[in-house]
Amino acid sequence: MTQAVIMLLFGGAIIKATVTDVFLRYVKAGLQPFLLVAGILLVAAAVMTIWYDLRAARRGEAGHDDHEPDDGHGHGAHEPKVGWLLLLPVLGLLLISPPALGSFAAGQAGSVGPAAASDYPPLPAGDPVELSLLDYASRAVFDGGKSLAGRTVKLTGFITPGPDGKPMLARMVLTCCAADGRPIKVGLSGVPMDAPPDAWVEVAGVYSNQVGTDPVNQAQVAYVEVKSWQEIDQPKQPYA
Amino acid sequence: MTAPTTTKGTPGPEKGTPSPEKGTTIGSLEVLAVVLVLLVLARGRIAGLISGAALQTWSTVFVSVLVQAVPFLVFGVVLSAVIAVFVPRGFWARALPSHPALAVPAAGVAGVILPGCECGSVPIAGSLIRRGVTPAAALAFLLAAPAINPIVLTATVIAFPGEPMMAVARGVASLVVAVAMGWLWLRVGKPEWIKLPHRPDLDDESKARAFWAACRHDIMHAGGFLVLGAAAAATINVVIPAAWLQSLAGYPVLSVIALATLAVLLSICSEADAFVAASLSQFSLTSRLVFLVVGPMVDLKLISMQTGVFGRRFAMRFAPATFVAAILVGSAFGVVLL
Repeated sequence: MTQAVIMLLFGGAIIKATVTDVFLRYVKAGLQPFLLVAGILLVAAAVMTIWYDLRAARRGEAGHDDHEPDDGHGHGAHEPKVGWLLLLPVLGLLLISPPALGSFAAGQAGSVGPAAASDYPPLPAGDPVELSLLDYASRAVFDGGKSLAGRTVKLTGFITPGPDGKPMLARMVLTCCAADGRPIKVGLSGVPMDAPPDAWVEVAGVYSNQVGTDPVNQAQVAYVEVKSWQEIDQPKQPYA
Repeated sequence: MTAPTTTKGTPGPEKGTPSPEKGTTIGSLEVLAVVLVLLVLARGRIAGLISGAALQTWSTVFVSVLVQAVPFLVFGVVLSAVIAVFVPRGFWARALPSHPALAVPAAGVAGVILPGCECGSVPIAGSLIRRGVTPAAALAFLLAAPAINPIVLTATVIAFPGEPMMAVARGVASLVVAVAMGWLWLRVGKPEWIKLPHRPDLDDESKARAFWAACRHDIMHAGGFLVLGAAAAATINVVIPAAWLQSLAGYPVLSVIALATLAVLLSICSEADAFVAASLSQFSLTSRLVFLVVGPMVDLKLISMQTGVFGRRFAMRFAPATFVAAILVGSAFGVVLL
């Protein structure tokens, strides 16, 4: 019975995190249907356990009816104690729900290196044009900024302190879950920014030919010349 | 939200009087109620405790490793319960070659059909042994399934564009390690090292009841050990700065050992590890191949789960042996193929 309650809480916590988008802080959006099914199976297993227990208790109740059903039957004897640890993720998901990875994680790992592609299609229309940090960095470093010439770009990310103490713009790239999260960092020049670390900002800027290196893994880091910026709320999908 | 439950916080005393024929004291359900009430009451304080950046990152990684693993754990557990309850005992004897030495590679190749990561394969291997599959074959399946299934190999191809041999080398090397470990078990393994927990509930006369009991038990059991492993992996993730790793990249032998150790410590899901390996771009392809071969077979959360399912004496021997085998085979294939 106790196990069933823990399982019910665990399954419930998974379902709640999945339907409220909290799960996007931890894993990729594509996992949503699987999480939902897994949560429902957990709840089903809990409900079935409770049902069998209650039924067994009712049958065996003839002799002593003053007792709670949970201790009244034989096969609860070998409950694995280690299962109690499942309360920790329940606590984590329901009561604390830790935030998405931020500047601490970004500072610990080396930046994702911009990828070299054979050709860079022209930017989509729009002024400023919204680009992902990775797209901007690849165009800036490998295309020499050719496809960025004359355009104002809009980049979204959080502030993380760079090696020289100056703020950089970063976003975590996830493959599967936050354990494999790696940052993509873009240096900032131009208008000075005083947003605190972990603040989410939207930056409008133009191509800068400055290229730095991330001291952690010697990856090339692109720079953007900031024209204007503003603080924003954390996007629903915090990872790239 | 906390107020209505607090009155239930002290169920101890009246339950403590043992009824003569049962001898029950405070039941675990009452303990659970008290724990839950305390957690809800102390919520603010706990949240305050983990406000530091490192601890916050720790809890994010911890929760996310678990959330990522839950679907695989649950589907693995359900499949293992089906094997344990509904598949007749004679089936495996007919499906696998009768000679153990041949059953090992057959079971290893069968790992191709389980599209998942390593968390699911531990309870499945436990069920297979319980249903009479020779342990050597079940272990080959345990090692091969998370590494050579189509999802993982596709992810490897995507993560290493322009290096198609990486996925080939990964698949072949992993299969070789799995089969070699199965054969090694046939030669030197002792049946008494594997201590499967006693499970009378599996022989319940009601199949449905046995099925749900198996699900419940495996989720609580393997899930609990998964929590331990996730906590360890999150700690490593926060404590190890990537910078000192990079300084080892220049030494061929050291870099292999460093990445093999990193694979054990990080405990990344086998569907994601190729992308992490791709990002370790200073390291040689061979050392990154070793990272990909070791990771799905030996890591902190797997060692924790294997200890739970097969017993400590097994995990103490099996994990280090697999670690060495994976490094040797991975390096050999790396040198030849990459």
